[in-house]
Amino acid sequence: MVHITMNGLPVEAERASTLLEVARFYNFPIPTLCHEDGLNPYGACRLCLVEIGEAPKSKLVAACGYRVEEGLKVRTNSMRVQRARRLLLELYVATCPQSKRIQDLASEYGVRQCRYEPIDGQPGAPWDPKANCIQCGLCVRICAEQMMAGAIGFAGRGKSRHVARPFGMTSEQCRQCGACLYACPVCELRCQGSTAETLLCNGCLNFSPVCFQSYNDAMCFLEPCHACELSGPFRHEVGLKVPALQSAPQKAAPSTGELK
Amino acid sequence: MISTAHRLATLDDLHQAMRRGRDLLYPSEPKIMVGTATCGLAAGAEEVLRAVREEAEKSELPYVVAETGCIGWCSQEPLLDVCIPGRPRVTYGRMKPGRAREIVRAIPKVKPEWALAMMPGDENELNGAYVNYCVPHNGHVDGLKAYKELPLFKRQLRIVLRNCGIINPDSLEEYIARSGYHALWNALRKHTPEEIVADVKRSGLRGRGGAGFPTGVKWQAVRDARGEPKYIICNGDEGDPGAYMDRGVLEGDPHSVLEGMIIGGYAMGAHEGIIYVREEYPLAVMRMKQAIRQAEDAGLLGQNIFDSGFDFQIRVVKGAGAFVCGEETALIRSIEGKVGEPQQRPPYPAQHGLWGKPTCINNVETWANIPVIVQRGGDWFSQIGTEKSKGTKVFSLVGNIENTALIEVPMGTTLAEIVYDIGGGIPNSRACKAVQTGGPSGGCIPADKFDLPVDYDSLTQAGSIMGSGGMIVMDDHTCMVDIAKYFLEFLEDESCGKCFTCRVGTQRLKEVVTRISQGQGKEEDLELLQDLGWLVREGSLCGLGQTAPNPVLSTLRYFRSEYLAHIRDRRCPAHRCRELITFEIDPVLCNGCGACVQICSGKAILGEKNKPHFITQAQCTKCGACLEMCNFDAVLVH
Repeated sequence: MVHITMNGLPVEAERASTLLEVARFYNFPIPTLCHEDGLNPYGACRLCLVEIGEAPKSKLVAACGYRVEEGLKVRTNSMRVQRARRLLLELYVATCPQSKRIQDLASEYGVRQCRYEPIDGQPGAPWDPKANCIQCGLCVRICAEQMMAGAIGFAGRGKSRHVARPFGMTSEQCRQCGACLYACPVCELRCQGSTAETLLCNGCLNFSPVCFQSYNDAMCFLEPCHACELSGPFRHEVGLKVPALQSAPQKAAPSTGELK
Repeated sequence: MISTAHRLATLDDLHQAMRRGRDLLYPSEPKIMVGTATCGLAAGAEEVLRAVREEAEKSELPYVVAETGCIGWCSQEPLLDVCIPGRPRVTYGRMKPGRAREIVRAIPKVKPEWALAMMPGDENELNGAYVNYCVPHNGHVDGLKAYKELPLFKRQLRIVLRNCGIINPDSLEEYIARSGYHALWNALRKHTPEEIVADVKRSGLRGRGGAGFPTGVKWQAVRDARGEPKYIICNGDEGDPGAYMDRGVLEGDPHSVLEGMIIGGYAMGAHEGIIYVREEYPLAVMRMKQAIRQAEDAGLLGQNIFDSGFDFQIRVVKGAGAFVCGEETALIRSIEGKVGEPQQRPPYPAQHGLWGKPTCINNVETWANIPVIVQRGGDWFSQIGTEKSKGTKVFSLVGNIENTALIEVPMGTTLAEIVYDIGGGIPNSRACKAVQTGGPSGGCIPADKFDLPVDYDSLTQAGSIMGSGGMIVMDDHTCMVDIAKYFLEFLEDESCGKCFTCRVGTQRLKEVVTRISQGQGKEEDLELLQDLGWLVREGSLCGLGQTAPNPVLSTLRYFRSEYLAHIRDRRCPAHRCRELITFEIDPVLCNGCGACVQICSGKAILGEKNKPHFITQAQCTKCGACLEMCNFDAVLVH
C-alpha cells in the first residue's frame, strides 16, 4: 500500500492505482469526459486535473493517468483546480453546446458566461459530429481495447484532427456493434430548454426548463436535473413545495447561488 | 576520397589516424575550402565548389579542394577559405563562381579587398590546444582582421561548434586529428561508467533541448533503472522556425554526436543508439549515415570497441515532419511506428521509454558537449557559465539583425551583448524592439530588458524559455500582435490535437488575437487571453501545450499598449496589420516614375507617367510592396 495525502486526509492506496481511482474510492468527486473504467487512461479531456505537490512548486496533472507515489500530496478541488475546470468547461460549452453532460457540468462548476464565438452556425443548430466532437477518444479506445476491432482511429493533426474510418470507408473490422455510440459522452443531447439559443444552458439554475411544461417530449430521460428534483414532476417524491408555473419561458436569470 | 579501412583498436592506431588527419587538415599544398552545409548550399556553394574544382584542375597545381561545415557566418554565405601552408587561413564571403576562380588563380597571393577575415591559428576547446597555421612565419595579412578580433567571434566560445567550419565533415580522420575519439578512448579504457556519470553530474550540464533538465541526473536515472536493453536517443527533430543549431552540428561535425552517444551508452549500460533527425534535413541525414558507416568500418561502433568489450550500435531514424515529435514521449512513439502523440509523464522515458525500456533522450547539442566534458573534466566545464547554467549555448541569430549567424556563447552573456556586439545591431539604423527566444514556445523579451543574462532561469523568469536556441530579433517595424498571431498559427497547426486544452485552446487564442489584429477586439478580450493562456499553460499534457501561450502572454505582458491601440484606437502602431492600415501616395513627393505601378500585384496604382500617382483603395491588397519600392518616400501608411 502507498500512503498519500488527499485533500488533507491521509489515505492509503493500492500500488499502481491512479489518483482518479483513489479519489473516487474516497468519494472525492472528479469530473471526467474521456475516462471509462476498463479502458486505458488517455488524459485528453483535462477535466480531471488535480493539484499535486506543495506551493510554490505544485502543479496540475491529469488524475486519470497519474499513478500514486508514496507521500504525494493531492488536492482535488483547490482554487487553482476549480479555476482550471471552470475555464475548461467554458471552452467545452463553446465547442459542444448541445451536450447535456457538458451543460450539467458547466452548471455544477459555476460557469456563468461563455465568451467564445459558437463554432458553426447558431447554438441551436443540430449536433454536428465533426465540428462538435470533443475528441475524447472513447469511441476509438473502446473499439480497439474492448471490441478488439480497431475499426476507427484519429486522422489528421491539430485543428484538422478527427475520428475517421480507414480511407473513409467502413472496413471489415467494423462489426457495427455500436460500442462507439455507447461510449460517446456528448451524443446525449441537452434539454432544449428556455435558453436553447444561447451557448450556455444553465437551465437547471433557471427554474424554468422546458421539460417543466412538457416533460414527456423532453430529453431528460437520464439523471433528473436539479430543477426537476426541486420543482419538476418528481417534486412529490422528494417532498418539496411546488413553485408557481410560469407560462412563458424565462430568459437566463443570474443565479442566486450554488445549487448542489 | 578518404579511406577508413584502418581499424582502430589501440591508442597507437588512434595516434596514427590522428597523423593522417593532420595531413588532411593542414596539407603541405594550398588548401581551398568551401562551406557546403545547407546554409552555404542555399546561397550557391555548389556552383562555387564546382568552379574552384575546375580552376584547380586547370592550374595543374596540387591544390587540395575540400568541403567543410558551417562556421556560422550565415550572412556572408557562401564562404570560401584559402589556406596556404605557413600563412594564415583567409576567408572570403558572398562568393560567386567568377570571383572564386579569380581567387584560385591568384594563389599564393591573397585578395584582401574581397576577404572578410583571417585565422592565424586553430583553437581547439577539446584539448585546449592551439595549432598555429603560420609557423614559422609571422601570421599576418595586411588590412585583414583575425577572426578573434571581429565582434562576431570575439565573445564566442566554441565548444559544441569546435569543429564546424574547420574539418571536412565527411572525414573521420580530420575529426580524430582534432582530438576526436580520444575522449571515447579515455572513457572506455580509463574510467568506469559510474565515474563518467559522476563527471557529467559535476559538470552541471543541463539538457540543451530547452527544458534544461540536468543531464547527469537523467543519466543516473537511466543507469539505475531496471530493464534491459536500454536505449540512447539523440533528438535532432529541430522544428522551431528560425532555428538551425542542430543542423549545423549534424552537418558540420557528425562524429562529435556519435562520440557523445557512444560514451553515453557506455556510461548508462546501453548498447543501441538511435539518432532521430527530421526528414527536412536530408544533408544531415546523409552525413550522419556516412559518419556511422565510417565509425563502423573503423571499429568505433559495433563489437568490442577499443578492445574494451563494450558493444554499441547506432542507427538513424527519420522523423515524418511533425513539430510535436521533438517532445520526448511523442518522439518515442514516432520511432515505434505509432502516431506521434505525447503520453503523460510519469512514467518518464528514463524508466519506461522506447519499447517500454529505460531510454535516455538528449538533444544533439547535449551529446556534442559530452566528449569535451569527458576529455577536460566536469570541473573545467563547470567553470564556464553562470551558477545554475553551465557551459555554452549555441544560438541561431536571425531576423532583423546585421549579422545573421550561428553563434556559441557562454551562459550568462546578456542579450544586449548578443544583439548589439555579436549581432552587430539592427540594419537600416532602426531600433530594436524585442527578441523572441525559444521559438514558438518562447516569449518576446523587450529591448529595455536586454541586460538580462541568457540562462535557463533568467529567461523563464522573464516569461520566455531558453528553448533549443532560436533567437529572432525584431525591429520597430514589427507588430507584436501580428507576431503573436503568427506563432499561434504555427502552434495551432502543429499541435498534435490529443489534449483538449492545447488543440482547442490554441485555436481559440488565435481566434481572439486575429479579432484584435483586425480591429474588432474588445477590451475584455485581453482578460480572456490571460485566462485562456493560463489554462493552456497549466492544463496541457505535454511541453508543447504548456509553453504554447508564451508568445501571447509575453507580448501581452510587455506590449500591452500595442494591444490596446489595436482595440481602442483601431490602429496598428507598427503599420503591419492589414485591416487597420491604408496606403496613400503623397502627390507632392511623387514624381510619377511608375516604379510602384510595376510592382503592384493588385493593379491598384493608377496615374500618368511623370504625374503624381494614386492608389485605388478597393483594389489595394496592402502588401506594402510599393512602400518598399518607392525611392522618394512618397508612399505613406496610416
